[in-house]
Amino acid sequence: MPCNKHELNCQRECCGLCCTKIENFSVTYGKTQVLKDVNLHIHCGELTAIIGPNGAGKSTLLKALLGEVKHTGQLRFMDAKGAHGVSPLIGYVPQHLNLDNGSPTSVLDLFIACRSRSPVWLFSTKGIRKKALESLDKVKAGHLIDRRLGALSGGELQRVMLALALDPVPQILLLDEPVSGIDQNGLELFYNTLSELKENYDLSIILVSHDLELVLKHADRVVLLNGTVICNGKPEAVFSDERMLKIFGMGWLKEVNADRNNEKGS
Amino acid sequence: MMELWYALVDWLLPFEWADADKLLFMKNALLAVLLISPIFGILGTMIVNNRMAFFSDALGHGAFTGIAIGSFLGFLMPLWAAIFFSIVFSLAITVIKNKSRGSTDTIIGVFSSTAIAIGLVLMSLRSGMGKYSGYLVGDLLSITPLDILMLLGVLVAVIVLWLALFNQMLLVSVNQSLAGSRGIDTLYIDILFTTAIAVIVTVAIQWIGLLLINSLLVLPAAAARNITINIRQYHLASILIAIFSGITGLILSYYLDTSTGATIVLVSALCYFTTLTFKARFA
Repeated sequence: MPCNKHELNCQRECCGLCCTKIENFSVTYGKTQVLKDVNLHIHCGELTAIIGPNGAGKSTLLKALLGEVKHTGQLRFMDAKGAHGVSPLIGYVPQHLNLDNGSPTSVLDLFIACRSRSPVWLFSTKGIRKKALESLDKVKAGHLIDRRLGALSGGELQRVMLALALDPVPQILLLDEPVSGIDQNGLELFYNTLSELKENYDLSIILVSHDLELVLKHADRVVLLNGTVICNGKPEAVFSDERMLKIFGMGWLKEVNADRNNEKGS
Repeated sequence: MMELWYALVDWLLPFEWADADKLLFMKNALLAVLLISPIFGILGTMIVNNRMAFFSDALGHGAFTGIAIGSFLGFLMPLWAAIFFSIVFSLAITVIKNKSRGSTDTIIGVFSSTAIAIGLVLMSLRSGMGKYSGYLVGDLLSITPLDILMLLGVLVAVIVLWLALFNQMLLVSVNQSLAGSRGIDTLYIDILFTTAIAVIVTVAIQWIGLLLINSLLVLPAAAARNITINIRQYHLASILIAIFSGITGLILSYYLDTSTGATIVLVSALCYFTTLTFKARFA
C-alpha cells in the first residue's frame, strides 16, 4: 500500500537508471506464512530501509531475494542499459557469522576464499593481498586485514563484510544489520560509507535495520514490513503514518525528538 | 615397496625396532601413523571450525553400526558395507539438518544413539559381543601393507578434495547465505565434506577404535587453533601436532606396553593443554 503519489507513479514505470521490482513475494515455512504478497519497487542509487517488529519477516525477505529460501513471486531486474531479465549481481552483508569465535580465520583468508581459486590453506599471493587491502581501505578497515574474524568488534566485522560484498561491486546490495553489538561510532561510520557508495556507484541498497533513528536520518525510502508491506515511501511520510506508531509505539519518537532538541541546544 | 620402507626405517632408527625382520608390525604401524595423522589433522581443522565435533562422533557410531550390518549380512569384507552405511547415515543427518529449523544437537543425538543401539543389537544377536570389541578400542599394530595402501589412497583423496573445494567450504562455514550469494551450492559442499568424514572415520575405525577416533579428529585442530591466527598456520600446526602425537604415541606405547590409540590421544591432549597456556598471546 503506497503512502504517496510519487510511489504510485513509480510503480507503473521504471523511473531510474536501473531498477528492481519485487513482485508478489510470498514465503511459507511449514504451515506458517512468513511473507505474503510483498510488492516493492527498489530504486537505483537509493538506500531503501526495511523496518518492522521482530518476526516481521525482514531477514526472510533478504534470504528470499538471495534465492536461499523458497518463495513464490519473482524478482525483476532491469540494468542501466535497459536490458530486462538479466539476473542481477547481488552483494550480501550477513547479520552475523556462523563461524566459531575462536577460529583462526583472518580477514585476508576470507577475501582469498571469496576471490581466488588457489586454496587458502596453501598459498597467499601478494596480488590478492593488495586487492583485499584496496577493498578494505574503501570502508576504512585496511588495518584489520591480518586480524582474526572472531577478534573483530561488531562494527569492524560489519565493515569488513561490507568490503567483501563490494568486491566486485554488485548491482543490488543487501544488508542485514545486527540487532545489537555495534557501537554508535561504528554505526555512523557504516552509514556514511553507505552514503558514499550511493553517490559513487550505480547500485540499489536494501538495508534491514533496527535503528529507527539512523534510518530516519540516512534512508531515502522506508518500507514498513510486518508479514507484508504495511507502508512504503519517504522516511518522513512513513514515520508519521499512524500504522507506524501502532507498531512501534510512541516511545522511540520522543527519543528522536529529544535528541534533535539536544542537538539544537548544543 | 614395503621392503624399501623397512630398509629406510632400519637405516633411520637406531633402536631395537630396526632389529632385522623381527618387528615388522611396528614398521607398518609407523608408516600408517605417518599417513593417517595428516588426514586427521587436515579434516579436523574444518570439523572444529564448524563446531562439528559431536557430528563426527556420531559418524563413528554410524561406522560401527555399518560394520555390524555388514557382518550380519554375511559380507566377507564388512568394510565396504560399513562405508556404504556411513555415507547413507551422514547424508541423512546432513539433509535433515539442512531442512529442519530445529536444534542440530538433538537431531545428531537421536541419529547417533539409534545407530549405536542397532549396531549393538545386531552384534549381540549373531555371535556375542566379544568378536567385535576390537572395533571399540581398535588395534593399530594389526595393520597390513594392503591397509596402508588404502590409507595412502585416502590421504591423496583428502588432499585433492582440499585443493579443489576448501575455499568454498570455508565460505559455507563462515555464513551459508554469504556463500549462497556467491553462487556456491551450500548443500552440495556440506554433503561432500560430511561424506569425506564418514568414509575416513569408517576406514580408520578398525585401527583406532570407536572410542578414540573422534579425539584424533578433534584434538590436533583444537590444539592448533590455540596458537594460530590464520588458515595457513592453522593447517600447518594441526598437521604437525597430529604427526608428532602419532609418532610419539606409537613409540611410547611400544615401550610402555599400552594401547597405541589411547597413547596417541593422550599425547594429543597434552599438546592441547600445552598450547592452551599460550592462547592469550594469539588472541
